[in-house]
Amino acid sequence: MSDHDYRPKSKVGQWFNDRLPLLTLANHLTDYPTPKNLNYWWTFGGILTFCLITQIVTGLTLAMHYIAHADMAFESVEHIMRDVNYGWLIRYIHANGASMFFLAVYIHIFRSLFYGSYKAPREIIWIIGIIIYLLMMAAAFMGYVLPWGQMSFWGATVITNLFSAIPLVGEGIVTWLWGGYSVDNPTLTRFFTLHYLIPFLILGLVILHIWALHVPGNNNPVGIDIKKPSKDTVPFHPYIVIKDGFALLMFMIVFAFFVFYAPNILGHADNYIEANPMVTPAHIVPEWYLLPFYAILRSVPDKLLGVVAMLSAILILAVLPWLDTSKIRSAVFRPLYKQFYWILVADVLILGYVGAMPAEGLYLLIARVATAYYFLHFLVILPVLGFKEKTLPVPLSITEPVLGGSPNLAAARNKESKIE
Amino acid sequence: MSEKKTKRRDFLFTATTAVGAVGAAAVVWPMIDQMNPDASVKALASTEVDVSSLTPGNTLTVLWRGKPVFIRRRTQEEIDEARNVKMEDLIHPEKDEDRAKNPEWLVMLGVCTHLGCVPLNDKGDYNGWFCPCHGSHYDTSGRIRKGPAPWNMEVPKYEFVDANTIKIG
Repeated sequence: MSDHDYRPKSKVGQWFNDRLPLLTLANHLTDYPTPKNLNYWWTFGGILTFCLITQIVTGLTLAMHYIAHADMAFESVEHIMRDVNYGWLIRYIHANGASMFFLAVYIHIFRSLFYGSYKAPREIIWIIGIIIYLLMMAAAFMGYVLPWGQMSFWGATVITNLFSAIPLVGEGIVTWLWGGYSVDNPTLTRFFTLHYLIPFLILGLVILHIWALHVPGNNNPVGIDIKKPSKDTVPFHPYIVIKDGFALLMFMIVFAFFVFYAPNILGHADNYIEANPMVTPAHIVPEWYLLPFYAILRSVPDKLLGVVAMLSAILILAVLPWLDTSKIRSAVFRPLYKQFYWILVADVLILGYVGAMPAEGLYLLIARVATAYYFLHFLVILPVLGFKEKTLPVPLSITEPVLGGSPNLAAARNKESKIE
Repeated sequence: MSEKKTKRRDFLFTATTAVGAVGAAAVVWPMIDQMNPDASVKALASTEVDVSSLTPGNTLTVLWRGKPVFIRRRTQEEIDEARNVKMEDLIHPEKDEDRAKNPEWLVMLGVCTHLGCVPLNDKGDYNGWFCPCHGSHYDTSGRIRKGPAPWNMEVPKYEFVDANTIKIG
């Protein structure tokens, strides 16, 4: 890498770069030394950037046709679907794009959890990521309200009512959020404004996320610190660009499948009924990506504690770097953590499933056990595991694993020969 | 630098910051308050309902301030059931006598106090209302008996303008 001594070849380039060092930035991004053993789980950063840009572009075009008014919103969405040229395509990309965005972000987060990417010195990258995730949930929730269907209206009612759980000021806050005494036109217009704003906040945070990443550099599947640049690294361009590009192509096949063959499978039929404040749909369910947290909310029989549990389930992730006491990053060298990791994955999937089911009987019991386990994982298992677990020997570099010591020696050699 | 001069600077610095903070707060407040209910929303404060067509055992649902209001003309059994409940059995103890001044008529916001869904009529374990969202059961007085909702359904301000008309708000 030649960040500091980079000089453009042309005279014009030098003149420009001395005044605004954009070319130095471009050079940094192309030469950026990347661990050579990154696997396909590392391609989701690029995929997420693609998702964000897709949402912004399709969102901007939808906003040209959408009318943010309680009397006209539902019809304007149908107008987009039926009258606007390619309106159906743009809206289906935007609606399914939200799901694809969350699919990618969950893979991205669970990759971090497996390879310990949140640990020192990458805590700030991780925390910025959690803030992005929170903003994504806010944007997705408000976006779901805009078509003004039954699920939009009642989803908005239920979620804003979560704030009424706050003692004393709760009711006042809810009235303030609504701009009235129920979810109505003032609520819709402000949600539209915020839904428009948040993606640009996310974009800013993504830049910080990548900036913070480029200080220590990427973590890698072995989870060790590497020298940069060295035999352990390859330049970002063309190696990672090509790999990310290929993964993105595969991802777009899945994306296109939903858009063209099952555009409504992730949505809810009730949202094609216009909002009616007199009738609550028989079964209110949030979008699939919020189900695990919804299950946690419902598993607690007390209103305030339910809300606290749900928020804690998300915010607990922000302090994860300090809850995980193990010095070893990658689960590859943590035989016990690896098992608990997969139990956590199953636990979250189970929570998602029971979140979609009625909160009664066996489902409620399962939700309670799964909620308890979720917190147990982060608050008890992770801190204790760091002290108790007997980890496997970690290689000193990606290229030269500890001879005879590492069980991944063969795998590492194998990979090496493939690269060279 | 003498000590006296430093103190003078400190004072100016603190005073400037304080005035700046007050100014900032004064500008921020209108930005926050503009989100509260506006004059046109507040103006829709009351609504009059003709209840002459309502027979005992039936409920009329009307919209008031964007929220459904249940007007229930109760049967004698429902009244007896509501009035014979022991206070210690209630999650949010309220006498039926206080909730329905005229025992035949129960007027309350049809909004579940859990997360704001509209409960269903004649359902649930207590013959009153049942909220399908998260399973709260209300009795024939609209009081919470089972489930996650913390309070009874709210009784709004209302009065009989004449024998057949209720004014809500």
